Amino acid sequence: MNNKVENIVELANDLRWQIGDEFHDHLTESIYADAAKIAEASVTTENSKSRFRLDAKIDKIVTGKIWGFPIMFLILGLVLWITIIGANYPSSMLATLLLDNIHPVLKSFAAGIGMPWWLDGLLIDGVYLALAWVIAVMLPPMAIFFPLFTMLEDFGYLPRVAFNMDYLFKRTGAHGKQALTMSMGFGCNAAGVVATRIIDSPRERLIAIITNNFSLCNGRWPTQILIATIFIGAVVPSSLSGFMSVSAVIGIAILGIGFMFLSSWLLTKTVLKGEVSTFNLELPPYRPPRIWKTIYTSLIDRTLIVLWRAIVFAAPAGAVIWLISNISIGDQSIAAWIINALDGFGWLIGLNGVILLAYIVAIPANEIVIPTILMLTVLFTGITGGEGAGVMFELDSANETANILKAGGWTLLTAVNVMLFSLLHNPCSTTIYTIYKETKSVKWTVIASLMPLLMGFVVTFLVAQVWRIF
Amino acid sequence: MENHKACENCHHFNAQSLQKLGVKVGEADYIIALAGNPNTGKSTVFNALTGLRQHTGNWPGKTVIRAEGAYAYNDKKYKLVDLPGTYSLLSTSEDEEVARNFILFGKPDVTVVVVDASRLERNLNLVLQILEITDKVVLCLNLMDEAKRNNISIDQRTLSRDLGIPVVATSARYKEGIQELIQTIEEVANGTIKCKPNQLINIPENIKTAVEKLVIELEKQFPKLPNKIWIAMRLLQGDQRIIKALESGELIEE
Repeated sequence: MNNKVENIVELANDLRWQIGDEFHDHLTESIYADAAKIAEASVTTENSKSRFRLDAKIDKIVTGKIWGFPIMFLILGLVLWITIIGANYPSSMLATLLLDNIHPVLKSFAAGIGMPWWLDGLLIDGVYLALAWVIAVMLPPMAIFFPLFTMLEDFGYLPRVAFNMDYLFKRTGAHGKQALTMSMGFGCNAAGVVATRIIDSPRERLIAIITNNFSLCNGRWPTQILIATIFIGAVVPSSLSGFMSVSAVIGIAILGIGFMFLSSWLLTKTVLKGEVSTFNLELPPYRPPRIWKTIYTSLIDRTLIVLWRAIVFAAPAGAVIWLISNISIGDQSIAAWIINALDGFGWLIGLNGVILLAYIVAIPANEIVIPTILMLTVLFTGITGGEGAGVMFELDSANETANILKAGGWTLLTAVNVMLFSLLHNPCSTTIYTIYKETKSVKWTVIASLMPLLMGFVVTFLVAQVWRIF
Repeated sequence: MENHKACENCHHFNAQSLQKLGVKVGEADYIIALAGNPNTGKSTVFNALTGLRQHTGNWPGKTVIRAEGAYAYNDKKYKLVDLPGTYSLLSTSEDEEVARNFILFGKPDVTVVVVDASRLERNLNLVLQILEITDKVVLCLNLMDEAKRNNISIDQRTLSRDLGIPVVATSARYKEGIQELIQTIEEVANGTIKCKPNQLINIPENIKTAVEKLVIELEKQFPKLPNKIWIAMRLLQGDQRIIKALESGELIEE
């Protein structure tokens, strides 16, 4: 059997020498010629000038040199604005329901059935509160952001974004389709990494995978928004604070795009050298989005799936936080030991031990960074207001959150560096696992995980040093 | 689309016996592959047939992995596989390979090629390539509503005759023509309609002899091998996947 195949392959190799290397082109040409002939026989177009006229007009503006980028940022800003403003109210309602109403009921129920304190703490103060916080903080913005994003997608705007960015990607030596996978990354980096399958060349696909983490993902938007609201918005008069906060968040998102270009360029100049492949990007026709269907499918497909993922990862994280805060070695808890050990390095990069520990605990899900920081700060500074040791909680107002963070030694520098570090750090464990599944390479998975972290350390270090000079 | 309205009322079409089965694939009587260029509404057709709500998006390359669903019609179960959208089957990106390998190795009973009616010429490139691999093809002329808006009309009979396969016009977004598509898929699957694709690709003269030599050799070694011409062309390109498939024998139908 194998002998037969070998003979045939040999014959094919011989023949290939005879026919030359234009075989592929000849074949493609003849397919095109046949397609043209068949289409000509059956297609009639009346009034061919009116074809796609409106689409072409819109495209001329939204992909134009002058308006292309401003319109892009305007649309991104608008989507963010609606998300920030719209998510506020349902978020606090959910928090009240899950934290203020249901939590005490669960506690008294546990006490009623005589649950041991450690099980009660682990399950209700650890796991349940972690879940409650994630749902309260994540569900409303996702339920607003994803349908809006899906509607843009449905309408046909995403390929235009890719078209606008194509030139920049080419310049950095990456593939133009990376613009699409980058956009997906703004929703979820794991989804963005899977989407890189549309890129043909393995070299360019690797670049797209490694740099996808620079798209600020859904788990990180809330962190950015909260910190920007508390610290950045507060440095300007209150009439401007909303505008200032949104600008700061958009600024971070754009900075992320900048870092993506920078690291794509660095990769193509060093470990991933090679030719840029060309491709045809089709601009599909604009289609009126079907609003109700979009809302329904994006709630089912995206919101619930992403939320479920967050829940699955937040539950064990909640347990871990409770455990390290309540198990003591010597005279202090494990959490305190770690925080003390990390404090020196934390100070060097304008952060602190609490924040660094929170980022370690939150590797499974970026969403729980802020609640972890709050909980650990309360525990460590010994201020009152929280529910108790190792308990994640949310505060009723941004003011109270600010007070706790300030008591924990936060300054404007800490806030700025937390925003930067939230953008520039290792991907969450789901994304890391997805990168491994897609690349099947430990080496590239490690590079994709550590490169952004290293960049985060460098950037926050530099910012801290410059800041302290002035 | 008046004719399709009529179809729905026609006794020939048995609307009551359509049952959307969603993800309950199980044992199927027929396997149907759904292929097509990116952005032609494949996933919308998929959803219309299976009742699933596979996410659809207006950008090329949305489906990167294949999705599966099922429906039952006239007591037969159909498993439907939504392949990634591709412009051709000749290159080597992962999505194109998923599509090609399924049509080739998954041995679908019917391959439905969804095309954009207002961009027929470009879409036909893929149709012609698929016809090289398999005979049992239904052309789904989708997005008829957009074609109409752009004043494009298509002579379905001529198209069907030229290609040698049945052609069904649909606007999947508005569920138009889906019934006729289901009926046509059934008839191709059970052999009521026989597809006779013309030898479509005019193989350029200078490589014709090379292809012929290889086909003769393939004929000798693997008499049961289907679509020998296509495989000969792939071998001339040095396609490793096809060489591997020859070795394992997975291309040969039982």
